[in-house]
Amino acid sequence: MSDGPHNKPRLATIWLDGCSGCHMSFLDIDERLLELTARADLVYGCLVDAKEFPEGVDITLVEGAVGTAEDLHKLLIVRERTRVLVAMGDCAITTNVPGMRNPFGPRAVLERAYLENATINKQIPVVGLPPLLPESLPVHACVPVDVFVTGCPPSADRLFEVISGLLDGQLDDAAQVSKFG
Amino acid sequence: MSEVRTLVIDGKDVAASSDQTVLSAAKESGIHIPTLCHLDGLSDVGSCRLCMVEVEGSPKLFPACATKVEEGMKVTTNSDRLVAYRRNVIELFFLERNHVCAVCVANNSCELQAQAKALSLTHFELPALHPELAVDATHERFVLDQNRCILCTRCVRVCDEIEGAHTWDISGRGVAARLVSDLGIPWGSSMTCTSCGKCVQVCPTGALFEKGRSVAEPKARRPYVPYLVEAQRRLS
Repeated sequence: MSDGPHNKPRLATIWLDGCSGCHMSFLDIDERLLELTARADLVYGCLVDAKEFPEGVDITLVEGAVGTAEDLHKLLIVRERTRVLVAMGDCAITTNVPGMRNPFGPRAVLERAYLENATINKQIPVVGLPPLLPESLPVHACVPVDVFVTGCPPSADRLFEVISGLLDGQLDDAAQVSKFG
Repeated sequence: MSEVRTLVIDGKDVAASSDQTVLSAAKESGIHIPTLCHLDGLSDVGSCRLCMVEVEGSPKLFPACATKVEEGMKVTTNSDRLVAYRRNVIELFFLERNHVCAVCVANNSCELQAQAKALSLTHFELPALHPELAVDATHERFVLDQNRCILCTRCVRVCDEIEGAHTWDISGRGVAARLVSDLGIPWGSSMTCTSCGKCVQVCPTGALFEKGRSVAEPKARRPYVPYLVEAQRRLS
């Protein structure tokens, strides 16, 4: 795929508005992770220590919906620097649970959580936090997506199958399985 | 009086009775047509549009569940055009209300979810509406969650045709249509509901469910409506 330092394809993951369950499922690939790391370099994500999303990434797995201005900012950089973008899991694809705020709007949800239901320190936190977008958005509503992997979370087997398939260059087969929830 | 009709479905010669629908004739010949609002034992209304088929000589599509067989009819149940329409239908159901499979009581036993799987629908092109919808938990044993309702009217029909109570009906039109009990009063205050639970049994999604049922808890799906119809026939 790419001409990285080791001539191995460069793999990245990113965690937006999701519960980390998709990343947990990715970790559940277990000993087959060794097989994947033999075939690709993991260059960015919450499992490695890189601070900046690097240039020239071959495959990026995106977990989570786009819920904040920061999510959107990160996603635009990721898309620009990624060849094959994978929407990983239902939150990235349909907004799923993070999208359950959409009928009510961010203000009502924040007030319910931090004012109405709080027993002490009633205040809506703002310092150092990105503002919520008016609606939680699916990844493909913001940038083009190449592969959709449904599931909450997608099973470890499914993720392994998709990543292996992409490393083998078999995109079509990987795209055809649907299992929401 | 019914007579014999011969027709061709997907290139296969089929003999059916003149009072049969295309769906029923296809089923008897082992030809699968996807359905959602249809349920064996209930009348057909053709509301979900999933069973649309092509009939030679007409540019229109026909709902197989609500189209009677005709002599010499040539029916196609599967084509690129039909698959595209069926994918649209399922996509629109998902987007019109709030279907969050991961936290739904019907997860893994939902017919809408199963149809998305069967049609390999991995994402939706159109934006979701995300309407603000009510949950009616006033009934002692059951809950109506409008977020999951696809307006198939199986509950309306089973309540009217089998239980004879006609507690359910549809109020409003188009995107504003809602399932209502009696004339729009909370389900728990309904004077006609017998609490038989047939509506809950026939619901294809998680719109009607028993209180206490947890997320993705399996639900027994017994095709029992035809037995009730037969029992009623013998008693009358």
